[in-house]
Amino acid sequence: MDILVLMKVVPDVVEELEVGPDGKSLDTSFLRTILNERDDHALEQALILKDKHGGKVTLLTLDAPDIDDVLFTALAKGADRAVKICGVESVQSTQTVVRIFSEVIAKTPGLLPVDLLLTGVSAIDDLDGLMAAPIAQQLGWPYTGVVTQVTMADKTATVIKEFAGGVRGEYDVPMPAVLGIQAAEKPPRYVPVAKVRAAMKSVTIETVDAPAVEAMAGVEVQQMAKPQVAGHAEMLEGLPEEVAGKICELLAKRGLI
Amino acid sequence: MSTATALADNDNGVMTLENLARFPEGQKVYSCMQCGTCAGTCPYGDDIQFPPRMIIAMLQAGLIEEVFASPGLLNCVTCYACMAKCPRGIKLTEVLLPLVKEQVFTHLKEVPAELQKALENTMRYGNPLGESPRKRALWAKSSPVPVPVISEIKRAVDVLWFVECYPAYHPRGNDACRATAKLFKALGIDFAILGNEEKCAGECARMLGETGLFEMMTDSNLKLLRKYKFNRIVTGAAHAYDAIKHKYPAAGGDFEVHHTTPFFAQHLAQLKPKLTKKLNYTVTYHDACALGRHNGFYDEPRALLQAIPGVKLVEMTHNGVNSICCGGGGGGMWLDTYYAQKGSERLSERRAKEAVETGANVLAVSCPYEVSRFEDALKGLPGGERMVVRDVVELLAEALED
Amino acid sequence: MAGNIWVLAEASRGQFSEITFELLALGREVAGQAGAPLEAVLLGSNARELAQKLGAADAVLYADNAALADPVPESAAAALAQLIKERQPAAVLVPLTNISVDVGVVLAAQLGVPFLNYCKDLKAEGGNLAATCVLYGGKMEATVTVSAKPAIIGVLPGARSADAGRSDKVAAVTDVAVSLAEQKLRFKRYLDPAAGDVDITKQNILVSVGRGIQTKDNIELAQELADVMGGAVSGSRPVIDQGWLPLTRQVGKSGMNVKPKLYLALGISGAPEHQEGMRGAQTIIAINTDAKAPIFNIAHYGATVDLLELAPALKEAVEKRKQGA
Repeated sequence: MDILVLMKVVPDVVEELEVGPDGKSLDTSFLRTILNERDDHALEQALILKDKHGGKVTLLTLDAPDIDDVLFTALAKGADRAVKICGVESVQSTQTVVRIFSEVIAKTPGLLPVDLLLTGVSAIDDLDGLMAAPIAQQLGWPYTGVVTQVTMADKTATVIKEFAGGVRGEYDVPMPAVLGIQAAEKPPRYVPVAKVRAAMKSVTIETVDAPAVEAMAGVEVQQMAKPQVAGHAEMLEGLPEEVAGKICELLAKRGLI
Repeated sequence: MSTATALADNDNGVMTLENLARFPEGQKVYSCMQCGTCAGTCPYGDDIQFPPRMIIAMLQAGLIEEVFASPGLLNCVTCYACMAKCPRGIKLTEVLLPLVKEQVFTHLKEVPAELQKALENTMRYGNPLGESPRKRALWAKSSPVPVPVISEIKRAVDVLWFVECYPAYHPRGNDACRATAKLFKALGIDFAILGNEEKCAGECARMLGETGLFEMMTDSNLKLLRKYKFNRIVTGAAHAYDAIKHKYPAAGGDFEVHHTTPFFAQHLAQLKPKLTKKLNYTVTYHDACALGRHNGFYDEPRALLQAIPGVKLVEMTHNGVNSICCGGGGGGMWLDTYYAQKGSERLSERRAKEAVETGANVLAVSCPYEVSRFEDALKGLPGGERMVVRDVVELLAEALED
Repeated sequence: MAGNIWVLAEASRGQFSEITFELLALGREVAGQAGAPLEAVLLGSNARELAQKLGAADAVLYADNAALADPVPESAAAALAQLIKERQPAAVLVPLTNISVDVGVVLAAQLGVPFLNYCKDLKAEGGNLAATCVLYGGKMEATVTVSAKPAIIGVLPGARSADAGRSDKVAAVTDVAVSLAEQKLRFKRYLDPAAGDVDITKQNILVSVGRGIQTKDNIELAQELADVMGGAVSGSRPVIDQGWLPLTRQVGKSGMNVKPKLYLALGISGAPEHQEGMRGAQTIIAINTDAKAPIFNIAHYGATVDLLELAPALKEAVEKRKQGA
């Protein structure tokens, strides 16, 4: 059972984000990137399926700062092959990334065939759309998103999709298929630093050149800014005991206790 | 040249479980007489599944893989108790346990969630709390005593103060930092900190078995330390002290390093006249494992405490070399939930009970993990509300003249 | 800007989601600005009665097809694509929920247009649509011009009040025909959360824990506080993902939508996905050591004290008051 995992990095929000000089994109001076959390889950789900069924897990990603660390970590966790698309601006709209991925998947020998293409269902920078559905459209494969469980048998994948209120739905999807992963069955595994360093020495990341693609038109950012805080909580000061007293007061006033 | 040395040279001087016999300390491991003192003294002796004597027996019987496959050694908080008591003087916590725990960690089927987060945060952000590295020196901005950052003042200093993660990011750690700065000033010490570039020393990661992460942090910190000129390093973090003193030399960084407690004790003659405020506390001192059992600093913290006017010292049942670990070492800081799920008693609670039994109203500590661990443990304890936890430096600063 | 403004209605097992009405409220404004009719689109099977409840729209396009009985996004997208081809709307507002998001993105993929994501506000001006979108987990907002035709727009819950989109008017329903091929995806069944646990949507008081609770053990502090206050414990996604609380306690996008009298958020940062699930609470008190946590933007009261200290202190304070009263 072979699986292709598409991954991308997004701004790491542990750092304060600032607007750049053009007023419509992020200031990159202190910007750090981190693997999209949903893609980390997609990778974990792929590895879980590999543990169960064998086969190969291939990673495909765009070149970006610190992407090698991401790829070597994934390889150390158990992925078999990593391919990096080079020669692109690292900041791209999601739909442009989709076009690049689609071209590369179609034209790079050896990436297909796979049984499943997994990627995170969404990312915090997905402004002009999500990734998985348009890629499925290009491939002509079925797609389902918000997936939290995947089991494979023969030519069919059975997936659980999250709805709301704790309700979920179960679907059968014929393979090959594209799945937008919300959460892997288990949280992403840990890999010791020593294993990542060993991967750096023993595995090569393959590179392919980025195809020239047209950006998708129709959505244009005019301005970006930190959200205007419409309201703000009335902050209660003091030590925990004092704050507890104040909370108790206002709960009593509102008849809540 | 002896055979042992020749063979050791062929291994690049690196001891492994396979070549133990080629090193003097490794040979000592095999001198174990299976007395079980280690197991008896281990605070988690019941939960650890493979105490040192069993590890050695399994090693000799060719069954060591079974030890690797068990998560039992996650209960080892690397408190040095077994090593301190071993009648053969085997360097259990220094030599045997790190080698075994490294394998145990690699073999783990699942790393407990909180621990995983702490390790990933350390790797990514240089601290287990997952805070932005750009906020590491933020505490210094609100210090009443100016705290220079060495890269900003661009000159050599006498003391390079290695602050460490919990002191930098945790509010109670900040308290100890502000106190330390006050004490440095009172002694007229020329000091500076590394600021935002400082990363976790990673000693607890090392003692957990994540040696790769420790190496990564060491590489980063050594590169940084080599950029600057200073006479000596002082740190209030006992684990960082251990790393810098015992591990950095082999990695290429040989520095004179002191822990704040013995450092201030060395300056007691100068400091004592300035301790003018009477505190009227009954204090019981908890010997930190890294400071006490590992490096022998039992008298120094007590000398400092006794120099404070109005302080009466009382000892817990287990004091000095017998001190019971707070449970924070070797990854224990992030394994409380895991231990609780296994049914292991929280060591900080066991120790806090002893503290309360002394009738003291202050529990004095000298390791940044201990403050939050004991404050937490005292919360649920009858009589705990009468006791506060203070780092020794906090008490000293409190007694300092204005 | 030529064309009508459409709202994709979302109904699951015979019930409309609140967001359907929120989108009708928003759509009404946009339609007014654009000088175009507002139409609701309902896709289903034997659901015509439901269609009549969408009176806030000028008209309801109801497509009835057996293939639309189950939540299969490909079918819904194919149906919408046909309707769009026939009727050429200017914009389609799609609920940004787990149920409808796939419909929106598959539709956009089929039409080869962008899917505007994370939209929290929208207006028509100068022949285009101007949207405000939330990015980076709520840390930034972007003002975006949408010139794609049709504009497929994913709208976040909470953009408008649902009441503003409800109407007693019986809607004018137009039956529209769609022909749908067999889809590859097969819906098998709904999986409902285990019964017998607390229904947090019915609680007056919720003590909710987030990542800041740090360990499973600490949840006990929240439980003790909830017990004393006569409430229940709920949690944000990370806590449920860890397995520290069951799915039935999850508040937020994939969990429950709660409107208690009191929502006490302990160690919850307040990411948009969580806010979705609790912003309707009457009184929100947030405890988080990060003064910049987004939760403080919607909380009524807040404090930056350590929740591990506050919870027991508050429990004591409440106990004392109850004893004294």
